[in-house]
Amino acid sequence: MQFMLLFSRQGKLRLQKWYVPLCDKEKKKITRELVQTVLARKPKMCSFLEWRDLKIVYKRYASLYFCCAIEDQDNELITLEIIHRYVELLDKYFGSVCELDIIFNFEKAYFILDEFLLGGEAQETSKKNVLKAIEQADLLQESQPEDWGGLANDEIL
Amino acid sequence: MPAPIRLRELIRTIRTARTQAEEREMIQKECAAIRSSFGEEDNTYRCRNVAKLLYMHMLGYPAHFGQLECLKLIASQKFTDKRIGYLGAMLLLDERQDVHLLMTNCIKNDLNHSTQYVQGLALCTLGCMGSSEMCRDLAGEVEKLLKTSNSYLRKKAALCAVHVIRKVPELMEMFLPATKNLLSEKNHGVLHTSVVLLTEMCERSPDMLSHFRKLVPQLVRILKNLIMSGYSPEHDVSGISDPFLQVRILRLLRILGKGDDDSSEAMNDILAQVATNTETSKNVGNAILYETVLTIMDIKSESGLRVLAVNILGRFLLNNDKNIRYVALTSLLKTVQADHNAVQRHRSTIVDCLKDLDVSIKRRAMELSFALVNGNNIRGMMKELLYFLDSCDPEFKADCASGIFLAAEKYAPSKRWHIDTIMRVLTTAGSYVRDDSVPNLIQLITNSVEMHAYTVQRLYKALLDDISQQPLVQVASWCIGEYGDLLVSGQCEEEEPIQVSEDEVLDVLEGLLVSNLSAPVTRGYSLTAIMKLSTRFSSVNRIKKVVSIYGSSIDVELQQRAVEYNALFKKYDHMRPALLERMPIMEKSATNGPAEIVQTNGETDAPILDTKHPPNIPQPISQANDLLDLLGGNDVVPVIQTTAPTKPASAGGELLDLLGDLSLTGGPAPTPAPSVPMSQPPFLLDGLTSQPLFNDIGAGIPPMTAYNKNGLKIEFTFERSNPNPNIAVITIHATNTTEVDMTEFVFQAAVPKTFQLQLLSPSSNVVPALNQGSVTQVIRVLNPQKQQLRMRIKLTYTHKGSPVQDLAEVNNFPPQSWQ
Repeated sequence: MQFMLLFSRQGKLRLQKWYVPLCDKEKKKITRELVQTVLARKPKMCSFLEWRDLKIVYKRYASLYFCCAIEDQDNELITLEIIHRYVELLDKYFGSVCELDIIFNFEKAYFILDEFLLGGEAQETSKKNVLKAIEQADLLQESQPEDWGGLANDEIL
Repeated sequence: MPAPIRLRELIRTIRTARTQAEEREMIQKECAAIRSSFGEEDNTYRCRNVAKLLYMHMLGYPAHFGQLECLKLIASQKFTDKRIGYLGAMLLLDERQDVHLLMTNCIKNDLNHSTQYVQGLALCTLGCMGSSEMCRDLAGEVEKLLKTSNSYLRKKAALCAVHVIRKVPELMEMFLPATKNLLSEKNHGVLHTSVVLLTEMCERSPDMLSHFRKLVPQLVRILKNLIMSGYSPEHDVSGISDPFLQVRILRLLRILGKGDDDSSEAMNDILAQVATNTETSKNVGNAILYETVLTIMDIKSESGLRVLAVNILGRFLLNNDKNIRYVALTSLLKTVQADHNAVQRHRSTIVDCLKDLDVSIKRRAMELSFALVNGNNIRGMMKELLYFLDSCDPEFKADCASGIFLAAEKYAPSKRWHIDTIMRVLTTAGSYVRDDSVPNLIQLITNSVEMHAYTVQRLYKALLDDISQQPLVQVASWCIGEYGDLLVSGQCEEEEPIQVSEDEVLDVLEGLLVSNLSAPVTRGYSLTAIMKLSTRFSSVNRIKKVVSIYGSSIDVELQQRAVEYNALFKKYDHMRPALLERMPIMEKSATNGPAEIVQTNGETDAPILDTKHPPNIPQPISQANDLLDLLGGNDVVPVIQTTAPTKPASAGGELLDLLGDLSLTGGPAPTPAPSVPMSQPPFLLDGLTSQPLFNDIGAGIPPMTAYNKNGLKIEFTFERSNPNPNIAVITIHATNTTEVDMTEFVFQAAVPKTFQLQLLSPSSNVVPALNQGSVTQVIRVLNPQKQQLRMRIKLTYTHKGSPVQDLAEVNNFPPQSWQ
């Protein structure tokens, strides 16, 4: 996978994960173009499209579009499963996840993604293990208020 | 200093902004606050500030001033700091900035941290955005972690290694030892990432590939266990056990089995098992089947397995899920070359997909349909494809039209069908047709000699309907220019001939000239067409008027053409019929133009009339005149000739076609040039009216021997060109009485200045020994002043291994040849 974008139906970006090195300007251009292209697709169309030399796999969950750019030799259908697995993880973590959860807790959405994918490939195929790792890492964040100048764990950010 | 506002508070506030300007104002205020807070080097709130910065960055605002702060967070001992720091590094830093190298030391330390989650953060960041320098520095640490027994770290290290290899391929070797027992792991995460690592290594290095082939049995075993084992809740997706791992293993098997008989054999059974047992009701099962099909197609599988694969794809085509249909079409396109017959069986389903609503599916179906067209199904397929051309989106029309032309050319069952198909494409998608199709079509039409009348009639009728589609108009005007006489004479055999007068035809062509819809190129085509009709129609005066009007056209191209055509009418009227004759059948090749030769005049002030050819066809290359150098003298006119021999069929054949077209159709005789002298030998007139074939006319002039030396004999035979008696047509016959062939034979000729000479291509350049055959070549000499014909000839050839060259003068022409 080269990159993954999450955006709303109004075209607002909610998450961007890039696995290839590109400058900020290039990333913005790609994002703009792709968002426009995907939003223009009609509901009856298939989830795949060719864009530049990449294959784009996208799926809409409620008000959010999940969009992945994969390479020629990657399997489109399994990419749909990857997207679905990520949504399931978010759902389990947040409890019936909705777009607002991802807006207000974007850093957690990134953390979950980074436990599921690494360098564009899946690192863990067990849902349970990903969630366990996140849970443990969250626990690690719990530290003494003295370390944080009197702040409790949920007051740090 | 009050505490900086909290992340969620900021998000909430920004979301209340009603306009872009309001949002920008809030952001700017907060950025200023964050900047001053960074300035204070506050450790407690640094991660809060960076987190807010990351949010604002996602909205599209600049955040580069936070880059160094991310590094400070990474260096901190607090886990929360590290988490936000590494996230910030991945979002704000990239290998283009030198700042990122400062991370290297921190990452190195964290890779050796006592807490696995910190190690995990470091591995993740390195594997996501590590630059080549960082990878080089840290590869050793990654390799160490690849050998750890901690599966949480091992799986991350494997993917990190993949990234390192992608960035610095030379480092691949160092990971080889660590891969030794990766596949013996029970942990699915490690297995999955290991397979990814092995795949990467095998794709990059043929040596690695052969090295890892021995893993095939192990991979087959793992796959088998996944399929056969019972329900495993941890890895289950809709009843299938770890589909991600299955797909990855199938992909690795594909790479290992490609081109290798033994490996392919070893995986045959498991592939068949997966192909038949996988549940197809959900996407996940189909994803596995898809990968299986790709693998079966790529390795050396037995034919039964391949048929199974194509049938799976056929079933996919009927699936309601359009994603599945799309994937099927893509795969079929890949296999259509290898398994053509198997794919043919699904042709009707594929053709149905042309009517799908989805653009990507339609495109795939179109490409596949073209690949499946063959001699047997051409009529049916073309019907479907033409219907598709009618109704498809503009983005498809150009490709579809080109595809149809290609298919029609390859498999046309009859010439009439071919022309009809082309007409249909031109009228439905005429403006989308590619530029190069105009000359290709013209060539095709020229070569379908018996269809000329039918073609020009249909094109004329199409023009009456619609003159907006430029390629159609261009082809039509070219044809009317060439075959206008057939149109007016009502010659058509294929369909009901239409009644049209010369004036009506000229009206249409003149209409093209003035219409706003016509492109400049099209105008050029129609002016030339009008000019050509001056030798085919009788309304020469009207044509003269049109041509002279455009002599002052603003369009330079049109102006030039008109001026030159005017000159043709005035000074060079004797040349006009010859120049505007029917085009000969064109040689089909990408680089050459028509086989006809352009003659240049010795006098330089006359314009070179090269505009009678349609602009897209390149001019034949003119040769250097070594004859002029050798013979010297001002009374010799240079000669242009081609050295490529034509088909041996007949050297005079081209001429035959030209004359045949003119005289056999029985149409109105082209208007003779007004300057033709009335005095002609009586036997020539007889020849003109009674027999169209020039051989009879030529029978009146005796042949002569022009040259006979060293076993090479050259005879000249004569014909008179119809309709212009000023042109003598001489055919040379070169024969060889020696015992050895004369190869690389080249005949060149030069005539005095008052004559003009045209040398056509020779039949071959080998004069066979012992009179077993001859080389023939046609010379046409224009002799307007009726002077005595003289000629100098130069012969070059290779005989018995050595080159031979000779010059001679030919003065013994019979009087009838030039009087």
